[in-house]
Amino acid sequence: MAQIHVENVNKAHGGKPEAISAIPLRHPGRWVAVAIIALFMAMGLHTVFTNPRFKWSLQWSYFFSAQILHGVSTTLELTVASMAIGVTLGVILAVMRLSSNPIVTGAAWFYIWVFRGTPLLVQLLIWANLGALFPTLSIGLPFGHQFFVKQTFTIIPSVAAALLGLGLNEAAYMAEIVRAGIISVGEGQAEAAASIGMRKMMIMRRIVLPQAMRVIVPPTGNETISMLKSTSLVAYVPYVELLFATQNIYTRNYQIMPLLIMASLWYLGITSILMIGQYYVERYYAKGSSRQLPLTPLQKIKMRISKFGVK
Amino acid sequence: MAELMVSAQKVHKHFGRHEVLKGIDLSVPPGQVVCIIGPSGSGKSTFLRCINHLEKIDAGLIEVDGDLVGYRRKGDKIFELSEREVAERRQRIGMVFQHFNLFPHRTVVENITEGPIKVLKEDRGQVTERAKELLRKVGLSEKENAYPASLSGGQQQRVAIARALAMRPKLMLFDEPTSALDPELVGDVLGVMRSLAEEGMTMIVVTHEIGFAREVGDYLIFMDGGVVVEAGDPRNVIANPQQERTRLFLSKVL
Repeated sequence: MAQIHVENVNKAHGGKPEAISAIPLRHPGRWVAVAIIALFMAMGLHTVFTNPRFKWSLQWSYFFSAQILHGVSTTLELTVASMAIGVTLGVILAVMRLSSNPIVTGAAWFYIWVFRGTPLLVQLLIWANLGALFPTLSIGLPFGHQFFVKQTFTIIPSVAAALLGLGLNEAAYMAEIVRAGIISVGEGQAEAAASIGMRKMMIMRRIVLPQAMRVIVPPTGNETISMLKSTSLVAYVPYVELLFATQNIYTRNYQIMPLLIMASLWYLGITSILMIGQYYVERYYAKGSSRQLPLTPLQKIKMRISKFGVK
Repeated sequence: MAELMVSAQKVHKHFGRHEVLKGIDLSVPPGQVVCIIGPSGSGKSTFLRCINHLEKIDAGLIEVDGDLVGYRRKGDKIFELSEREVAERRQRIGMVFQHFNLFPHRTVVENITEGPIKVLKEDRGQVTERAKELLRKVGLSEKENAYPASLSGGQQQRVAIARALAMRPKLMLFDEPTSALDPELVGDVLGVMRSLAEEGMTMIVVTHEIGFAREVGDYLIFMDGGVVVEAGDPRNVIANPQQERTRLFLSKVL
């Protein structure tokens, strides 16, 4: 930076001066840190490769087994479906909370209070055991004749309990995230939209929410990653997902640690893919908010390489 | 067309206990340019916002083109308008804001076409042509696909004027349109407003540009403390203010 500045000043006077060839500042602390971290990494790698109890070959033999793959696909399905429920309901709750009708605001507040105020595992267990409280569910007149009556467990099988538990809980968190996003868009935007005759719903859909996305997307990415891991609680509904499939295997062969590590590797792998997706979605919604879009990692790497090339 | 484009009678407005407007009267015939000047906090912006119902008035009445703002008269009763009706009435009133308020996630041309396409349900192709014509008019033809963040303040404000004009308004409200601009860029925006006035647009302009008020305005209002202190022909009021408060204000801004 300083160099560029000096150059410009000198250009005004004619010739370009020689580039500065100062001795670079030394960073001894960095070398100490590198040494310590390298030591720990070496120790870690050593135990990973030499401790036979990790049983890598056993892990590998189960990694793509039908049971585990079924668990993985259920975990993914639960994540996607629960997030879809959570985001949809969350947007509705956020708009309700910002409504000018106090009853609507209060209802949204109450929902968030209940679903955010109790543990997810407890909520899942309540949905799974709803039949104990309401043995039958029916449709009919309030306090009057019922047209349609069914056993609760037939209407809410474990998959429905899992989705209800995860999705409704997520909606409470998403509502707060969406609300923060909506509030982050300046009032002037809604006023400008109103001044060209737009109605409230259209202002929300076309002007406010698209801008709120920039604030909403990063925490929603976190929520998705968090949801992926929360699906493991569904093993106690019980419903077969990745953790349940893993448990099924280790209760038979007692290889608890190797299989738990294998499951962790699966979770880590999926999380990593989600993180990449999140990066590009964030980049998309940065459109118009900054003059230049940030570089993608690939572009960054290319730039680093070309820089070295010049040196 | 009604005899008066805007007619305000005894308009009162308070925020909580603070009374911002204490009985404002104003009559604007079609084609006239009214400038409102006054110190900050005098209520001039609030009054302007009341005209398109961005603020609700507490007493008095405002009519735009013969229709009550925010209400409907039926017999001797007055009914509050629904959200849809309020929005419909705003279509005929253009507004330009101090901080432009362009939609940052839309390009320049999309900012201008948004209203006609989505609100007036007009044909996209025709609207886009009109938007390009308006951009030529405000001198920004080459910027149609730029995002607002890449424009200077003066350019953004001219796009904002084009966005308001795209709705073919009968009345244009300007809320300190040049107050957030670099001194160098003020002239471009005032130039666009001047040619708009020459075309016969009815305009109410809240401004600190005394020169603009004198040269372009047909009528000048000086407001302070929620009341109209002095009003009249701009050249007379500016050259020869009758009230001490007006004299004091003009001596500071001229």
